[in-house]
Amino acid sequence: MRHTLSILLENSPGALSRVAGLFSGRGFNIESLCVASTLDSTLSHMTLVTIGDDAIIDQIIKQLNRLVDVYKVTDVSQDEFVEREMALIKVNAAESETRSEVLRICEIFRCKIVDVTAKTYTLEVTGPESKLKAVIDLLLPIGIKELVRTGTIAMQREQKNT
Amino acid sequence: MTKMAGKQIIVEALKKEGVEVIFGYPGGAIIDIYDALAKDGSIKHVLVRHEQGAAHAADGYARATGRVGVCLVTSGPGATNAVTGIATANMDSIPIVVLTGQVPTALIGNDAFQEVDIVGITRPCTKHNYLVKNVKDLPRILKEAFYVAKSGRPGPVLVDIPKDVQNAVTDFNYPETITLRSYDPVKEPHIKQIEKACRQMEESKKPVLYVGGGVISSGAHEELRALAEEINCPVTTTLMGISGFPGTHPQNLGMLGMHGTYCANMAMANTDLIIAIGARFDDRVTGKIEAFAPHAKIIHVDVDPTSIQKNVRVDIPIVGDCKLTLAKMLKCLKDNGSKPEAWQAKHQAWWEQLRAWEKRHPLTYKKDPNIIKPQYVIERLYEMTKGRAIITTEVGQNQMWTAQFYKFDQPRTFLTSGGLGTMGYGLPAAIGAQMAFPDKLVIDMAGDGSIQMNIQELATAMQEKLPIKIVILNNQFLGMVRQWQELFYEKRYVATDFEFTPDFIKIAEAYGAKGIRATNPDDVDKVLKEGLEYPGLAIMEFVIAREEGVFPMIPAGKAHTEMLLV
Ligand SMILES: Cc1ncc(C[n+]2csc(CCOP(=O)(O)OP(=O)(O)O)c2C)c(N)n1
Repeated sequence: MRHTLSILLENSPGALSRVAGLFSGRGFNIESLCVASTLDSTLSHMTLVTIGDDAIIDQIIKQLNRLVDVYKVTDVSQDEFVEREMALIKVNAAESETRSEVLRICEIFRCKIVDVTAKTYTLEVTGPESKLKAVIDLLLPIGIKELVRTGTIAMQREQKNT
Repeated sequence: MTKMAGKQIIVEALKKEGVEVIFGYPGGAIIDIYDALAKDGSIKHVLVRHEQGAAHAADGYARATGRVGVCLVTSGPGATNAVTGIATANMDSIPIVVLTGQVPTALIGNDAFQEVDIVGITRPCTKHNYLVKNVKDLPRILKEAFYVAKSGRPGPVLVDIPKDVQNAVTDFNYPETITLRSYDPVKEPHIKQIEKACRQMEESKKPVLYVGGGVISSGAHEELRALAEEINCPVTTTLMGISGFPGTHPQNLGMLGMHGTYCANMAMANTDLIIAIGARFDDRVTGKIEAFAPHAKIIHVDVDPTSIQKNVRVDIPIVGDCKLTLAKMLKCLKDNGSKPEAWQAKHQAWWEQLRAWEKRHPLTYKKDPNIIKPQYVIERLYEMTKGRAIITTEVGQNQMWTAQFYKFDQPRTFLTSGGLGTMGYGLPAAIGAQMAFPDKLVIDMAGDGSIQMNIQELATAMQEKLPIKIVILNNQFLGMVRQWQELFYEKRYVATDFEFTPDFIKIAEAYGAKGIRATNPDDVDKVLKEGLEYPGLAIMEFVIAREEGVFPMIPAGKAHTEMLLV
């Protein structure tokens, strides 16, 4: 099972490598990892996507909590949550037929064109991981020249009835 | 507020933490702290002969006293030499603080002379570590280091201090208390869980208390004994749990696991309720995990949540301090009208079964009038020193025979490297223990292989005039590995037969210690007596049956019921 963990940790040198080291040292998976500052400059926020059965996820969360630098761990995928990822995709598009095909895909998925040359388009696509996958799968046969992804960020949805 | 340099702050902080002795080895990056220590003059420093020895000695001190052990080493090779000792303490959850010198901040990252990233190297083998970049942070970091090392599940903490930080001046203000928002170990167990656990105990017909090192580190031996006696429950200990429950207690089934007693392992295989206290179900204990305790419900008490549900599925997890939890369990049972007669009656059939197992295969060995059996040496040593000694061990057969044949009644009297299994631990650990207890009998039980791993520490012990006794069980083999080769590799003794062994008697003499050897069973008592009575450091060497094995044995990955017996 794919789990998305939201981790608040001390903004101190070494904290990130402690988390990364925990995953490599104990043979846990990291599917994606995203770190940035928070409103409180002494804390960083990390979104970490990992895969494992319930027992492994349970261990991962406990092991994370054991790290002296980790303030709070939430498995946001336990509840309703929003997740977003962004990708920049440079597509080969020299012939007019492919150029219009790329634009069509772009429109359907509400991607943005952020760079254009005679032979390429560069798309910006944002959405849940599944949407990125769909776009990439469609563009692959056309020819992806370069692909950069941010990794997932996620947030729990606010309870509706409170 | 007084202005102080980093090096003075360190000395003052050590004093505030009540540190009386530190173990270390100097070098360019730590020379300033040494200078400050000497100027102050109130903290005893023990000069080891190798930094691994310093870490093990601090660890031995911590295990013997329950206090934080401290060691002090220089940057680069000084720090890397200490790593094995740090990892040893980490695996066994021993509180030590390691202070390392570092090259000046401006040179960090430049591959400067004697620079290593020791914080990076020790990240996976410390509980926590710090690089101090600003002298202003030093008091807080030192306070945190001691607090983190000894609280929750204890462990080693390393503080790396660049040379310029040691000399930079700031206001000294040592925090009295500390709270860390990201680190707040649970102590108080959940009362609902305790009640659930007690109801299980009341229902169980065949319970067993399975006890690990957590009982010793939390000082829970009295509470454990009270609970075990109240409910008339058999107790088995892990290697780390030895001395947490009296070795001579009639309810003690002995150690369990790979080299545990037949009775303890049969008890685990047949119990209907495991009450695990401060133990972590590691592979040397469980054997084949799928076949482990098939009929049992499991209650698991541990201060570290990660230990629970890690290796086995647990029915009633209880996160909390072992001492507090055991006391609350006893109270909960008593509040519910616990009656000794009722427990006796309920467990009577179980005890009959246990006693039958004990009788069928007691711990034993084949006696021989012509050659010294290691188990015999330990039995005799036990008879002569009962309850008086703190025993450290090296690793291998010597360690297992000691665990099996010496009975430890007092907590913190059996110091051994359990998790990492570090050969060379015993002698420096004995130095740490003897520094803490100058008047106690401290004995290192050694193999001829392990003793050579940190034999240089004889000089440390002699310099400090420590009357440590070293028992070398000399089989001229790396015996434990040889035993595996005998059993599982068709006796191909590859790289385990020492074709050269030094003369340990002459080594003792070269260091100015006493060395005596026994080659004949009739000499065992005489040599032990002479060695134990000698006022200074003595090496007692016993030339033992070369191919003696440690039994019973559950081969790695096998079930508890697949034990090899003597
Ligand atoms: C530092 C280290 N290296 C290697 C080992 C692997 N090892 C475990 S037991 C053992 C043999 C120990 O031999 P000795 O000290 O003579 O003790 P004996 O088993 O003969 O009593 C070895 C090599 C270890 N535990 N520690």
